[in-house]
Amino acid sequence: MPRLLRHELLMFEALREGLGEEMERDPNVCVIGEDVGDYGGSYKVTKGFSEKFGSWRVLDTPIAENSFTGMAIGAAMTGLRPVVEGMNMGFLLLAYNQIANNCGMLHYTSGGQFTIPVVIRGPGGVGRQLGAEHSQRLESYFQSVPGLQMVACSTPYNAKGLMKAAIRCENPVILYEHVLLYNLKEKIPDEEYTCCLEEAEMVRPGTDITILTYSRMRYHVTQAAKTLVDRGYDPEIIDIRSLKPFDMYTIGESVKKTHRVLIVEECMRTGGIGASLRSAIMESFWDELDGPIGCLSSQDVPTPYSGPLEELTVVQPHQIVTAVENLCGKK
Amino acid sequence: MNGSKSMLKLAAAALSKGLQESPLKSGLAEKGNFCRTVFLTRRYSAECSGKETNPTSKKSDSGEIDVEIPVKFDLHLLESGPSQVTTTNKEELMKIYTDMQIIRRAEIAADMLFKSQMIRGFCHLYDGQEAVSVGLERALSYDDNVITAYRDHGIFLGRGGTVFELFSELMGKRTGCALGKGGSMHLYHREHNFWGGWGIVGTTPPLGAGLAFGQKYEKKPNVTAAIYGDGAGNQGQLFEAQNLAALWNLPLILVIENNHFGMGTAEWRSSKKTTHYDRVSYIPGIKTDGMDVFAVGEAFKLCKEHCLSGKGPITLEADTYRYHGHSMSDPGSTYRSRQEIQGMRQERDPIERVRKIILKEELATNEELKDLDKQIRHEVDEASAKAREAEFPGEEELFANIYKADSGLIVTGCDRKHSKVQMS
Repeated sequence: MPRLLRHELLMFEALREGLGEEMERDPNVCVIGEDVGDYGGSYKVTKGFSEKFGSWRVLDTPIAENSFTGMAIGAAMTGLRPVVEGMNMGFLLLAYNQIANNCGMLHYTSGGQFTIPVVIRGPGGVGRQLGAEHSQRLESYFQSVPGLQMVACSTPYNAKGLMKAAIRCENPVILYEHVLLYNLKEKIPDEEYTCCLEEAEMVRPGTDITILTYSRMRYHVTQAAKTLVDRGYDPEIIDIRSLKPFDMYTIGESVKKTHRVLIVEECMRTGGIGASLRSAIMESFWDELDGPIGCLSSQDVPTPYSGPLEELTVVQPHQIVTAVENLCGKK
Repeated sequence: MNGSKSMLKLAAAALSKGLQESPLKSGLAEKGNFCRTVFLTRRYSAECSGKETNPTSKKSDSGEIDVEIPVKFDLHLLESGPSQVTTTNKEELMKIYTDMQIIRRAEIAADMLFKSQMIRGFCHLYDGQEAVSVGLERALSYDDNVITAYRDHGIFLGRGGTVFELFSELMGKRTGCALGKGGSMHLYHREHNFWGGWGIVGTTPPLGAGLAFGQKYEKKPNVTAAIYGDGAGNQGQLFEAQNLAALWNLPLILVIENNHFGMGTAEWRSSKKTTHYDRVSYIPGIKTDGMDVFAVGEAFKLCKEHCLSGKGPITLEADTYRYHGHSMSDPGSTYRSRQEIQGMRQERDPIERVRKIILKEELATNEELKDLDKQIRHEVDEASAKAREAEFPGEEELFANIYKADSGLIVTGCDRKHSKVQMS
């Protein structure tokens, strides 16, 4: 049996590979963002692209998020497939009106006449002492906009797959990347593949408890899992990947198996993805649950600059261990 | 002669209040009883020498008619403007008259439908501004893009939308152009490249830049007209879009329908600079009499040529006026005087102007025009009645078209039992 050919790369290279393949495949795919062209992207996702595809397809914009996002939406209406890069996701708050009112809702308010196949992507999440304004998690702000799809990548494999799928999708997709994951290394297949936008990813099958997580918290969870396994627990870890809509099938099958749920997220506690997910699971799988659904989120504070304080803001592996022990009982 | 009586009354009151300002200057809001009344009419009448109401025209032997454009075009960064004379013929004139009259009658009918609560929510009427929509269509084709804000009924009809589709949408019926799910502010016509109908002030310049970007990307020999109002003239995203369009030479005509009021705020109370065509030092502009359909047409022709020659964006400011208030919730007379509105109707009405030319050149008799008016009124009434009979969208439409058909999945909201969306 021939071995599957694989190659190793970093997360930002995987994103670049996915984006590059789609740009080669479809001439309507273009990139719009700050410093994506000559500079190669602030996180090097588009390095080399403007030489290869030309500066019209890899458009360096002025610092005008509101209007260039609006422009991308208008271009998508005509049939182009722009990939908008927010240099940091937090800057896209300036384009909130365009994303919420125009991007998400147009297919509906026009009675199906127009589609907006735009991808909005960029790094977000809490980094290393970047300060409050550069540590935004936008998934909670956009989750209630109807018409948007939201996915969060967490490994080079799913980063490339989700990037490709998002570009091919007819709906507007927000692809959440994380500042601290760009240098993750992994071997990915040589042959072409995409990931399903609406599917969750099974990270570690188990029987004791279902731990639902996404993006960077996946790594805090897997780290906590090592301790938990040593202590005799068997956690099932699912990276939900699709933040809107939730993959309730995969989640549901898991809940029916383990009967206990813990959500670990980097979102703020108030109005976060965890809050919605908790509500959805309770509504649908109440009879399957043996106890309350736990939810570990970031504290409802502007992310402080100071190192020790920043650590307290975000969920840490030892907190995950404690939460599982509380939910499952001591072994 | 009621008009002049009340005018005299007000004039007398003005004098007694000791208003120092000559009526020729723009009226400034003053404390007291006149605090919300502003004299606007005379300001424009100073420019209108009365020629608009009796435009000069000349018919040649071939049947072509030269019509004078009385108000001079104001130019910014342009060496020459359009001709002050336009050439037309009987067929065109009758079509222009009919198109404008249809918009006028449709808006009046919408007013009545709103008052009888068959149209709800917001309803922003276009009567008075017909010359902008019809003038635009004189120069642009259905292959060019048009995008506008919420005062879109007239533009929708100009782009070839039917009165029936319009009324259906306004009444929320399934026969509406957006299946009843958009409403007054969200009219669309994909086939004729009318991209809406948008509710947020200032949102159209960036979107228009995107449409123009698409045209340039695909090397189409077409332009985009992105329409906004004087109220949007101070939006940051407009400035941003202007820079983007100029930077990348996008074929974008930034059209500002300047009706001088951002809802209840007159332009001189909101803008340091009340003209818009000359605001940007690197984008040329042209200001035209927006109540003269021929002036608007010539201005759009020039703008289209400018964009297609690869020179980048251009601003077109149409000096126009809305007879109704900002919307049906606004009487429109607390911040404008009735004299002003009446004055506009008498001196600068776009349809009257064309009617006078038709009569003067003996293209139709008064009786024939009256019959045409009656016929249009009848058609509009019929469309209204038909729309009233039409069905509302069914329950299955509530969750339809949230996402585009895709993976055969059922998407649910948080409340899994109720909000299900079939993605197939």
